[in-house]
Amino acid sequence: MKPAATPAAVHPAPPRALPRLGVQGISYAYGTSPQQFVLQPLSFEVARDQVLALVGPNGSGKSTLLRLLAGTLEPLAGKILLDGIELKQLDTRTRAQRIAVVQQENPLLFSLGVLEFVLQGRHPHGRGLRFPDREDLKLALQALDQAGAGRLARRWMHELSGGEKQRVVLARALAQRPVLLLLDEPTLHLDLAGQIDLLRRLRQLATSSQTTVVLATHDLNLAAEFADLVLVLDRGRTAGLGPPAEVLTEALLQQVFGVPLRVEQRPEGTLRIFLEVNRA
Amino acid sequence: MRALTARRVWLVAALLAGLLVLMGVISLGLGAVPIPPRELGACLAGAVHAGAGSVSADCRVIVLELRLPRVLLAALVGAALSVAGAGFQALLRNPLADPYVLGISSGAALGAILSLLAGPPGTLLTGGAAFLGALATVAGVYLLGQRNGHLDTPTLLLAGVITASFLSAIIMFLMTALPGRELRGLAFWLMGDLSSPLPLSLRWLYVAALLTMAALYTTAADLNLLLAGEQEALHLGVNVRRVKLVVYLSASLLTALAVSVSGAIGYVGLLVPHAIRLLFGSDYRLLLPASALGGAVAVVFADTLARTVAAPTELPVGAMTAVVGAPLFIYLLRRHLQ
Repeated sequence: MKPAATPAAVHPAPPRALPRLGVQGISYAYGTSPQQFVLQPLSFEVARDQVLALVGPNGSGKSTLLRLLAGTLEPLAGKILLDGIELKQLDTRTRAQRIAVVQQENPLLFSLGVLEFVLQGRHPHGRGLRFPDREDLKLALQALDQAGAGRLARRWMHELSGGEKQRVVLARALAQRPVLLLLDEPTLHLDLAGQIDLLRRLRQLATSSQTTVVLATHDLNLAAEFADLVLVLDRGRTAGLGPPAEVLTEALLQQVFGVPLRVEQRPEGTLRIFLEVNRA
Repeated sequence: MRALTARRVWLVAALLAGLLVLMGVISLGLGAVPIPPRELGACLAGAVHAGAGSVSADCRVIVLELRLPRVLLAALVGAALSVAGAGFQALLRNPLADPYVLGISSGAALGAILSLLAGPPGTLLTGGAAFLGALATVAGVYLLGQRNGHLDTPTLLLAGVITASFLSAIIMFLMTALPGRELRGLAFWLMGDLSSPLPLSLRWLYVAALLTMAALYTTAADLNLLLAGEQEALHLGVNVRRVKLVVYLSASLLTALAVSVSGAIGYVGLLVPHAIRLLFGSDYRLLLPASALGGAVAVVFADTLARTVAAPTELPVGAMTAVVGAPLFIYLLRRHLQ
């Protein structure tokens, strides 16, 4: 048994210069032959207060990369460093204290109360049977507020709409108090206002609580607006990496997505990306 | 919606334990020769205070020697089957998992019968062989129940039902190899029967079952998350491989313990956890102890009915549970598949 971890012990402050996430030449393949590479060797760094957006067509390797960053898949080669520590050195529990994952929806077999569900996020921090204590309850309610779902605390999971459920799933991840938050298509079930609200919250989380955010998304405009870094993946290859304004160019996007796109630079420096398609 | 506390677990457990004692006492008084409550009270009080030697012959023979061991056995079997059912439901991520429906009880029975061919009953051999039979059946059903790498409800249930029918066929063949006069007893036992003399001592059965349940209970918090899926459990810090192994071994062992002393009593592992979830919620930290006690109550009740409805003839208790369980299973299955 490990000693009860205080927040300081769980997240020892790394030297300032160290990036939160350091990815050094990782690659992945499901088969053994090199033709089946799902991810070509890939390197990047993300600072503590940054949001990284992974974009690319279906099958480009976004989900695989997220699973590698989550530590549930081990890279074929290369290293992933979280605050300077190699990911595969962390055991399941320690990893869950530092990395939280918001996945695409998973149906529940038995309905749960929203608060019970969010309290599951405290699991890696407890021991034994892990009956939640006052601190857990406080953190769970705080996480619900942070996710904009404070008023749902007393509801049942099966009563929630898709968008509400998505917020509660985010709240459970926040209750883990992670230093790295990974999200797979977090805006999928949200309406337009919900998408913007969620991205603002994630932005806020990175800026003010230094929770590094990595998200996979199909929405290029949201990526351009809210991310510090964009990684464009094309069939497992890095097609572009850097700040949105540098990476999201018409030429690159058309080449990767195979559809005509127009990118406009707004006077205030932000990008707007339009699809240029007609019916024919 | 309140968060689960240890206090709530104790309260529910105390409530169900009280119900179990009440059910047990009622069961002791009922049977071919009814013992009136006052006489039963005197009998039990006398036995507790002054030992079994000091009470009347009726009390000693009927209550203490015939009915008490049977009630204790029924309680043990009910608890073991219910906890095993709840365990398999988490392991297979399927609310309809039950040791009987999935053929695991048949696997354990086959193991037990094979050991009867090899040696005398009443040894650890029976229990061990039943355990191996259960382990092999779970593994087989787990593999057969997958489609495209995922466990899928209809495939899993079908795999279980077919496995059960296949194993029963083998048991039928084996039965012809046993001497004739044992056949009727064996056939009865396969229907789920608590009236045969015990091959193992009741005390050791209790010790083994309680230790196994305790081992399973250490994973209760993890099981809640396992139910949400293995990926998610992993993300929330559950050592999935270890937890699955503990559940696999302990639920199989509990099934084997129950089957090796009572044959295949069906649907208890399905009905009891379902009822507990409806009443108290689906958190495994509460579900496991509540299912153990609730299952004990249910099987003591079913066995009391089996002994009394057609007295002095006894019905097999497995027939009682199946009459209630099978229709309910169909109902739950239809609701689940919608």
